[in-house]
Amino acid sequence: MPTQTFEYAPGSEYLDDPVQGEMMHLNMGPQHPATHGVLRIQIDMDGETMHNIKPVVGYLHRGKEKTCETLGWSKFFPHTDRLDYVQPLLNNTAYALALEELAGLEVPQRGQEIRVLLMEVSRIAAHLIYLGTTAIDLGAVSMFFNTFKEREKIYEILDAYTGHRMNNTYIRIGGVFSDVDDQVAQMIATFLDGFSAEIDGFETMLTGNRIWHDRNRDVGVITADDALAWALTGPNLRGSGVEHDLRKLRPYSGYETYDFDVPIGTVGDCYDRYLVRIEEMRQSVKIARQALTRLKASKGAEVIAEDRRYVLPPKDKVHTSMEELIFQFKVVTDMRLPKGEAYHAVESSKGELGFYVVSDGTSDPVRCHIRPPGLYNVQAIPLLAEGRLFSDMMAIIGSLDFVMGEVDR
Amino acid sequence: MSSAHAEYHAAARARITPVLEGIETIDVATRCGTTTLQVSRDEVLEALTRSKAAGFTTISFVTVVDRMRDGEVKGPRFTLVHQLQSITDGHVVRFHTPLAEDDAIAPSVTGLWPGANYMEREAFDMFGVRFEGHPNLERLLMPDGYGHFPLRKEFPHQGIEPDRLYREWDERRRAKDILVAPDEQTPAPTQDR
Repeated sequence: MPTQTFEYAPGSEYLDDPVQGEMMHLNMGPQHPATHGVLRIQIDMDGETMHNIKPVVGYLHRGKEKTCETLGWSKFFPHTDRLDYVQPLLNNTAYALALEELAGLEVPQRGQEIRVLLMEVSRIAAHLIYLGTTAIDLGAVSMFFNTFKEREKIYEILDAYTGHRMNNTYIRIGGVFSDVDDQVAQMIATFLDGFSAEIDGFETMLTGNRIWHDRNRDVGVITADDALAWALTGPNLRGSGVEHDLRKLRPYSGYETYDFDVPIGTVGDCYDRYLVRIEEMRQSVKIARQALTRLKASKGAEVIAEDRRYVLPPKDKVHTSMEELIFQFKVVTDMRLPKGEAYHAVESSKGELGFYVVSDGTSDPVRCHIRPPGLYNVQAIPLLAEGRLFSDMMAIIGSLDFVMGEVDR
Repeated sequence: MSSAHAEYHAAARARITPVLEGIETIDVATRCGTTTLQVSRDEVLEALTRSKAAGFTTISFVTVVDRMRDGEVKGPRFTLVHQLQSITDGHVVRFHTPLAEDDAIAPSVTGLWPGANYMEREAFDMFGVRFEGHPNLERLLMPDGYGHFPLRKEFPHQGIEPDRLYREWDERRRAKDILVAPDEQTPAPTQDR
């Protein structure tokens, strides 16, 4: 848009908005605390009103898809953790499911139950990040500490179970690396018991809060048709009133057997997306409790498939048996998936996270395309923010909820 | 593949087949069971328009596969992939469009789905496939002015001249004598990787 000039009449410098009439080009980011990573946004400001908003991405591009082609299928697993680094176990599962679909591998029942449990705990952890960072951007500082206090408990559980706080890489092709023992199950159960009350606490602070209403209601509105056309998925699409959840629509890992509801919004503004995520955390607690109950029943069963073409042998056998050592070597360095292609998506905390994998039968992947829900959330920023005041940008960025590691890959 | 899976894929196929009458399609053999149809470049937009009207209302992704193997290409080098999804029952259909290396141009679908904008920009950025009718076909992840298409098979993983753009910028600012600190008179040695 060309710069507009405005001729001031004598004495008009005392009018309400003396700045109006001249466009200022504002460059927000790539190092800005409210952009949740290295996102850069170019905005033309007319006073405090935003026009011509243009997100610029790519500052965290690490060539993950090329890396997969170079490393091979099995060595790419740790790299999936670094996509959306607040929910590594969900990323692992999405990649594992795509490879299993290509290989035609069935995951044992208990392995699926553990995956569901881990995915729901990861979803809670990711939504807590959304809640804390969005609230602190809008001025509710104490929310940040409350949500991160809860997140710390999840980190402790994952530390006890996987040995890492972040970047766990615990999901394998064919199942999970090791079983959930009683101690970890007890830790998760204790966390879930206390967490429902914590969600009530978050709601007490925000849901009826006058400032929270003013900053979020009717801000960043997107209609259901627009959200579909702009490829939005996940809570952002559900906030606009579309009941679209891959756990219900194309169930995987046995989600069709769990009892849970899909919350949807009505208006499609930032407040609706907030309510959807709050309710999703409650539903995640519900699913995780069911998974824990099933784990009690299926104690002692296998958690990983036994197909030595694709699945790593148990570590203790690798150290003692020649044959297992050879299998370990073959799977890591030279895993061959059958010729063909597959796409598998999971409902991650940000939306439809999918892996499109193409193999030609050799150990070198032909293509591994990652469908990042976050990238399309970023794409929608101009649509939501055009013509609004600059302070609304914080609410919109926060409510769209993306992580740049996944956006740029 | 379980029987529930097979049933679900069969339902998707039964839904898409009558829609595409008159368009020449070839079944692509995949292992996942998803209906995958190869269409020519001239007919892909028509096929996608009809599929959208038939209920495959959202686009999951647009991407490209490079078929080069050990420096050799048999047949068309690139395959353009569109995947559509129905939001009411989760049916999925995938379209393959072969594109020759010297004529890698395809029609843009941004008119049907504005959300395909970034998907096509990424495909252009990574493979150099051009999209006719795209409103702003610029690079998405790589910097403007980058001279390569990184996901093509001949591109090395460690990159080509990763700091070339920085060095050019550095030379320009030194020539203009701006932003140069007094103790920064001698140019730092550059490293070629």
